[in-house]
Amino acid sequence: MSATPVLDVKDLHVTVGGREILRGLDLEVNAGEVHAIMGPNGSGKSTLAQALAGREEYEVTAGRILYEGRDLEEMAADERARAGIFLAFQYPVEIPGVSNTYFLRTALNAIRTHRGEPELDAMDFLGLIRERVQLVKLDEELLKRPVNEGFSGGEKKRNEIFQMAVLEPRLGILDETDSGLDIDALRIVADGVNALRSPDRAFILITHYQRLLNYIVPDFVHVLKGGRIVRSGGRELALELERQGYEWLGDEPVATAEAEAR
Amino acid sequence: MTSDTRMLENLAKREYEFGFVTDVEQDTLPPGLDEDVVRAISERKGEPEWMLEWRLQAYRHWLTMTEPRWPNVHYDPIDYQAISYYSAPSKKQVESLDAVDPEILRTYEKLGIPLEEQKILAGVAVDAVFDSVSVATTFKEKLAELGIVFCSFSEAVRTHPDLVKKYLGSVVPYTDNFFATLNSAVFSDGSFVYVPPGVRCPMELSTYFRINAANTGQFERTLIVADEGASVSYLEGCTAPMRDTNQLHAAVVELVALANAEIKYSTVQNWYPGDRETGAGGIYNFVTKRGKCAGANSKISWTQVETGSAITWKYPSVILKGDNSVGEFYSVALTTGFQQADTGTKMIHLGSNTRSTIVSKGISAGRGQNTYRGLVKVGRSADGARNFSQCDSMLIGSDCGAHTFPYIEVSNPTAQMEHEATTSKIGEDQIFYCNQRGISTEDAVSMIVNGFCKEVFRELPMEFAVEAQKLLAVNLEGSVG
Repeated sequence: MSATPVLDVKDLHVTVGGREILRGLDLEVNAGEVHAIMGPNGSGKSTLAQALAGREEYEVTAGRILYEGRDLEEMAADERARAGIFLAFQYPVEIPGVSNTYFLRTALNAIRTHRGEPELDAMDFLGLIRERVQLVKLDEELLKRPVNEGFSGGEKKRNEIFQMAVLEPRLGILDETDSGLDIDALRIVADGVNALRSPDRAFILITHYQRLLNYIVPDFVHVLKGGRIVRSGGRELALELERQGYEWLGDEPVATAEAEAR
Repeated sequence: MTSDTRMLENLAKREYEFGFVTDVEQDTLPPGLDEDVVRAISERKGEPEWMLEWRLQAYRHWLTMTEPRWPNVHYDPIDYQAISYYSAPSKKQVESLDAVDPEILRTYEKLGIPLEEQKILAGVAVDAVFDSVSVATTFKEKLAELGIVFCSFSEAVRTHPDLVKKYLGSVVPYTDNFFATLNSAVFSDGSFVYVPPGVRCPMELSTYFRINAANTGQFERTLIVADEGASVSYLEGCTAPMRDTNQLHAAVVELVALANAEIKYSTVQNWYPGDRETGAGGIYNFVTKRGKCAGANSKISWTQVETGSAITWKYPSVILKGDNSVGEFYSVALTTGFQQADTGTKMIHLGSNTRSTIVSKGISAGRGQNTYRGLVKVGRSADGARNFSQCDSMLIGSDCGAHTFPYIEVSNPTAQMEHEATTSKIGEDQIFYCNQRGISTEDAVSMIVNGFCKEVFRELPMEFAVEAQKLLAVNLEGSVG
């Protein structure tokens, strides 16, 4: 591929609280691609998400992350977000007293200012969120309520996807967005994500279950184990995993046809 | 200049931005306090005999009192003989803005309150108190047409002696407490408002206080009377220059609402809080504020945003004497650096079916100590009295403290009391969530704190609400991360 990858991770080592969780992770994500990252509990999936988003406690001790060719090491979490990295949280955070609408408008205008675009006024913003909220079938009343306060688990997850639809990131990272969702909610979330797929946007789906991938069909599936990607493949790898579990894979990385082809 | 650009400018500055001293000649009494000083103050102000007598009674009573030690604040003993009790710009009082000392006008401009602009744009009549003497009063004629008196306290003593005699000390008697009594003896100036029966004051009345002369305690005296069926909204905003020695401020504010009258009193206080690292040099703000709902169906509402001062000690209170009268207290108190605040309210229910609401939001950051102290008292005669109290505390960082002392005394079995209290902490996860959406840490803290204070801010007049949010943002800079 000639274009600069959206994300280019090389030999990434990440330590949290003195424990090394990621131990040499490689991952390349190009525009238009959807990558699923699967793996057993404790393999480092969420650590990867937090490290990409720039949470301070997640210390990169070796390797590097390039985002659109820029070294992320230099960028704080808010700068990464303004540059187009969006993380849909596994556990969305409540902010009492701050309405969803106000929060999202502040975020959007911070991003727009960064892009050199004019801030949206209240009316234009309202028009935008009315349109985007349809994507995830979220009750408009929820938008007036404080951020995530009193939301059900499913509403919180849909709110994450709604925020992503408004902020229009270049790279969307979904950290176990499917966990805790019933089948209807899962379908709504998946439809929302699918509607956002585009040739210059990329997604990383972190999930435990193959189920999500029935609705959001990935281009690549990676298995994360022991802090490294031990196997990469197409969608069929996920089905294989569902049949056999993670045990049949060893702890050592195995070169795959796709990886070789790059 | 729009409020947005002002906010940006404010955010860009890290040091206390209003810390400058205006160079104006001052007529200042030498430090020390005795009867001669009280007489000298009264004489300089050209007061009648009865006013002097009142001061002297207060002074003699003060000599029998001791400074209160019960507040949850700590400071070195104050040497009352080391304070100068009077300071006034030496030039004479003036008739129009053109005659005001340009140096003083420039000071106000630095504070963002150019008088001309405010007169024209905001429709706010400003009675600007520069240290102790009023130097400019605007919109007076307009108000006079409606029979509203809005002038400096000294002027009211001369022009409306009967009103002053009738109401001065009627809510806060000169024997009330150590600091109020001291104020009664040596008060320099302040504001006086009288709204005649049935008149609704068509504009927000506003006074900016400012402490300027070194080592001069400021002793403001404000008296606001709303006659039957009258209503008035009064704004008080404060800033002070940077200083090395502690400055004592002991003001008294008295509000009187007769039957069917309504007074709304809003304060944004941003006095110099002392050095952020050492706490040295901040203002001691020991203030007595009290309102009396004297008539039936009257209402008094206090809203305060306290962001400054090294020590804040104040309890804006309401005596609910008239039947069906309403008292409200909405407060945001922020302590950061080494600031200490012991603040709250007293709601004294005497009339039947009286109602009171207390909403207090305390925010502690840095090494700040924030205490809510409140009393709800229901007298035997107060049938059907109701109170709702909500005291919320927010902690930022791990070196600060929040304390709540709610006192409830009920002597009537028909009373209904509700009290809610919460304590929360701004979490790293909340900040990270905001960061991940593109919001900077500073904006995130300010957004979370403003959300926490929303119930209070919406009680403020629009312009003040904007200013209050700015002050919180400026004062919270560097508190997190």
